[in-house]
Amino acid sequence: MLRRLRHIMHKEFIQVWRDRKLRFFLIVPPLVQLIAYGYVINFDIKHVATAVFDESCTMESRDLIKRFCSTDWFEVKYYLNSRKELLDLIDHDRITMAVWVQWDFAKQLRQGKSGKIQVIVDATDSNAALIVSRYASTVIGDYSQEQLQARFQRQGAQWAGKRSTPLILEPRAWFNPNLISRYSMVPGVIAMVVLLQSLMLTALAVVREKEIGTLEQILVTPIRPLELMLGKTIPFVLISLGNVVLVTIVGVLWFEVPFRGNILVLLLGTCAFLFNSVGLGLLISTISSTQQQAMMAGNLFLTPAILLCGLIFPIANMPIFFQYLTLLNPLRYFIIVSQGIFLKGAGLALLWKEMVSMTALGLIMLALAVLRFRRHVA
Amino acid sequence: MNLPRTWAIFRKEVIHVRRDPFSLAMIILLPVILMLLYGYALTFDIKHVTLAVYDREQSQLSQDLIKHFQGTEYFSLVQIARSYEELQNLIATRQAQVGLIIPYDFSWQDQTGKTAKIQALVDGTDSNTANIVLGYIQGVTTPYAEKLLVQRLQAQGPARQDSPVDTQLRFWFNEDLESRNYIVPGLIAVIMTVVGALLTSLTVVRELERGSMEGLMATPLKKTELLLGKLGPYFIIGMFDMLIVMAMGKFLFQVPLRGSSFLLLALSALFLIATLGMGLLISVGAENQLQAYQMAMLITFLPAFLLSGFVFAIYLMPLPLQLVSFLVPARYVVTISKGIYLKGIGLKVLWPSALMLAAAAVFFVGLAIRKFEKKIK
Repeated sequence: MLRRLRHIMHKEFIQVWRDRKLRFFLIVPPLVQLIAYGYVINFDIKHVATAVFDESCTMESRDLIKRFCSTDWFEVKYYLNSRKELLDLIDHDRITMAVWVQWDFAKQLRQGKSGKIQVIVDATDSNAALIVSRYASTVIGDYSQEQLQARFQRQGAQWAGKRSTPLILEPRAWFNPNLISRYSMVPGVIAMVVLLQSLMLTALAVVREKEIGTLEQILVTPIRPLELMLGKTIPFVLISLGNVVLVTIVGVLWFEVPFRGNILVLLLGTCAFLFNSVGLGLLISTISSTQQQAMMAGNLFLTPAILLCGLIFPIANMPIFFQYLTLLNPLRYFIIVSQGIFLKGAGLALLWKEMVSMTALGLIMLALAVLRFRRHVA
Repeated sequence: MNLPRTWAIFRKEVIHVRRDPFSLAMIILLPVILMLLYGYALTFDIKHVTLAVYDREQSQLSQDLIKHFQGTEYFSLVQIARSYEELQNLIATRQAQVGLIIPYDFSWQDQTGKTAKIQALVDGTDSNTANIVLGYIQGVTTPYAEKLLVQRLQAQGPARQDSPVDTQLRFWFNEDLESRNYIVPGLIAVIMTVVGALLTSLTVVRELERGSMEGLMATPLKKTELLLGKLGPYFIIGMFDMLIVMAMGKFLFQVPLRGSSFLLLALSALFLIATLGMGLLISVGAENQLQAYQMAMLITFLPAFLLSGFVFAIYLMPLPLQLVSFLVPARYVVTISKGIYLKGIGLKVLWPSALMLAAAAVFFVGLAIRKFEKKIK
């Protein structure tokens, strides 16, 4: 049996390796995906294009505007003279935010009343709008507190001059103190890349033989279905493990993501996860007869799996039904494992639950695939 | 170009599609599933952040601060921790997303006019959520600090005190900050890319791989007729999906369509042609379907998903990627669709994007036809 298995694996490796373009596709897409996701998914706001419409034109208003200019968050690009200009800029996507200081701003302020400011945010992108508005509020809040302090001083208060705000917030983020998006994205993308590659490669490898007609030739040889399955999948398991190592190295060297755990634990987790993706790939190959069908079926699974894994969209925000649904998503566990190993240096003691869940889901998937494979392919 | 011959190829391709009801069902199901997922499940609007508090003072003032957190819809207090270790444990086991530590001298610091330090602990493993959550906390503590200051001031002076600045936030075009209002218009680009590019990327190479291309080459068909005829059915499927998306957006999710729906359809048709052209180009260049699939994912789907501004704001990306995004046709259709849907603007503003789409359509279809060789290798 081992000898026959070896031959099938040998054949599969030759087939993958002979194809120059495919060889390219085994290595390049994971890296491109890593780089794209690593850089694109970024909620650290910086340099938001801002316009200022200062009707007040006083020392106070200029002082406020200066604060917007001096942070990294905003880039004041336009100084406007009319509301119409503002409309025009927002329609053309030139600015995301506008600060409109009302004409009586300084007057109100000097009288101890509230000066009015309007902050207009283009909320077409509601997520960014929320973050932008929060930063604007912070800038204005600081200014407001300083003005209050100044009033304090004028009234000769007991603590005048100490310039102390009543409370400050000290944020502490564990494992990722500066909250760098990349640190959480890169380990997650590694998980995604493994899924995309192993699932599609396995599914297409079997279906292609079906479609071209070479599967019949294999079936007349003394090779048994189980050997055929193993022979078809083991090469892709090995390739996927190699890819994990490659992508991890790039993540650590290029993105400078800390790797605090043990690579062996990561590989073990990958193996547990591969049961799922390879099993699913085989399952897909049993229900489809052409490569196009396999791709469509694969996409139908992949899209929800990627969207419901918690990497891009937090699971805690989903409705309860979808939160339970994510429990069936092997990718969800693998991402926790990968992030845990990278950032927390977690070992099996902390991750065993996820490992067991992945293995269990994977074995069910494989069993289904084997049953159907026997009946429908061989 | 001979119309009857193109028509014949068109009909042949329709038969291919019809004979494969499985793929056809998937193609119609995929937009529906995507719409349902994005419409119902996927949002960045975090509400009910689970909060644990370790109140080391337990004074009136610290209770007041905690009440302020409970008063917003953003936080739900899950537990009052009695020790630092307990708080740590709550966060590590993900029972609480954020832990707040109020110092033992909170009131005293306030009464003597000094600064009290409040610590907020989050798990940085998911940095995006952590960022948003910390922002929310700031959103509670900053006004609270100002309130305390005003109180101090009032204790001193006789006059009524207003906050120096009254900020009015205005969110234009999407007043309630609904995620789905900006995701649904952008989704058009992603769905059309999946449908258009993935399907067409297989059409030519499939015939090559199966060997049926030889038969086609022996006919008097011109290559333009062959390729355009092949695109036809997929164009219809793509537009059909577009209608599904628009209908679901309108009736299920009540996304406002403020501009002209006719203009939206016309411009997305242009985008669809560009995408089909990209798929065709891939198909002509690939040697087998596996390669074609990988390439289609890499150069059509990935940019449409990540670089189009569909969910991830382009101005937040590093500059090189921002420049690359100009080469992605999906970027223009996302601008157009969000503009028409939410801003209600028309061609007067959108013409540069429309022009880029037209250019992309001509470029990709033209290049595919040029690269296609009607001979057997």
